[in-house]
Amino acid sequence: MTATVNGAAFVDVRSVSKWFGDLQVLNKVSLDVHEHSVVCLIGASGSGKSTLLRCLNMLEHVEEGEIVVDGEQLTHGRVDVNALRKKIGIVFQAYNLFPHMTVLQNVTLAPRKALGISRARAEAHARLLLQRIGLEAKADEYPDRLSGGQQQRVAIVRALAMGPKLMLLDEITSALDPQLVSEVLQLVRELAESGMTMILATHEMGFAREVADKVCFLDAGCILEEGPPEQIFTEPREPRTREFLSRVLEAEKLQ
Amino acid sequence: MHALHQVLHAFFNLHSFTLALPDVWAGFQVNLKMMVIAEAFVLVLALTIAVVRGLPGPAAKPLRALAIAYTDFFRGTPIIIVAFFIGFGLPGLQLGFISNLSFTTYGIITLTLVYTAYVTEVYRAGIESVHASQRAAARSLGLSYWQAMRYVVIPQAVRRVIPPLLNDFVGLQKDTSIVYVIGVTEAASLAQQFSTTNGDFPSYLVAAVFFILITIPLARFTDHLVAVRERRERAQAF
Repeated sequence: MTATVNGAAFVDVRSVSKWFGDLQVLNKVSLDVHEHSVVCLIGASGSGKSTLLRCLNMLEHVEEGEIVVDGEQLTHGRVDVNALRKKIGIVFQAYNLFPHMTVLQNVTLAPRKALGISRARAEAHARLLLQRIGLEAKADEYPDRLSGGQQQRVAIVRALAMGPKLMLLDEITSALDPQLVSEVLQLVRELAESGMTMILATHEMGFAREVADKVCFLDAGCILEEGPPEQIFTEPREPRTREFLSRVLEAEKLQ
Repeated sequence: MHALHQVLHAFFNLHSFTLALPDVWAGFQVNLKMMVIAEAFVLVLALTIAVVRGLPGPAAKPLRALAIAYTDFFRGTPIIIVAFFIGFGLPGLQLGFISNLSFTTYGIITLTLVYTAYVTEVYRAGIESVHASQRAAARSLGLSYWQAMRYVVIPQAVRRVIPPLLNDFVGLQKDTSIVYVIGVTEAASLAQQFSTTNGDFPSYLVAAVFFILITIPLARFTDHLVAVRERRERAQAF
């Protein structure tokens, strides 16, 4: 699976390995993601999905292999980490909003301080984004006054306010009550439709099947199988993939 | 009965108490001045040292070591010894400006050096208590290390440590009277003079009352902040 389908891939991961101490968490992972496409990473907890995402914006250090994002080589030479991160948004499972700041301050902090946008312009843009997700009324509230679903949508908007070219979503619905999941997924769906390039680590199989252009199944730090969602979800080649999917399906039935 | 009367007279003689008031009050103003100036320096210097101590990377190792050496030394040394070092040592060096400061200034330097060491540890605990995910969120938005510290980590850290900071502030207030050993004319020393001249002790009581009048409101305010925080955290847990 080498890069060029139409031009170079936006994200190009080449044989990346990583260890936490003695534990190998990524094992020769290769992945390419084209502009305007959505890639879903599925697999059990601890299979390396989050670590892979965190390597892409250099929150984690890669020990072997190489990663190129938007033509920029991350894995050797000097990289301007701050500049790179300005074009990559990441949203975490635990929202990680800044609790001492209002919603508006959360959304405007990085545009103001990292991009140097004036406060007035940053706030106007932030209010517009909040309006789009129906949370403009919460602009001056602190995060602890918001539901989990609202907090996570603010976290997404906070990342979007930087105008990123790539969004990394790390199991963003895993910490939510089931009835709050859909409002967050709806926002992600709209992002996908708008053409945002995204890589999602997710346990929501139905959603992955719906939005993904490509699904990758990770197992013990390897991408064991990848392909279009129809193929992965209906006729997976690998027995491990089949086993994982049937287990997830079983769990969903029990709910 | 006679003995009790004597004790009451020696310590709680209202007349003598009133006589001592103006003198001790004049001294206490020096305590207040030292306390306010030292505390202002302490809050800034301690935060700086705490941040230096948390700097990442091998390049910052000498700076970290220096910060650790500082806190180890000044936390481990009795304040009275630091006072002797500063109050007698610096003038003895004959280093021009540095050796010709007022007693009060040497007192302020002593208090600042010692309390900066304590407060550095308070700040450090606060900084470490901010979860790593907050830093990760800030950095992944493209903020630099310093911006993440300035806007995300330090504001949260400081808020959390306000009660222990106030505690140290109370300690600092009381210790302003220790530097009388290097010749600072303040409440305790003036109370002692008054007591020696008058042959009784109400002047000490006057000094004690002044200190207590300042510390009690601070202590209650600290309690209040702790209670508010607990209420908020409990509200969040549900």
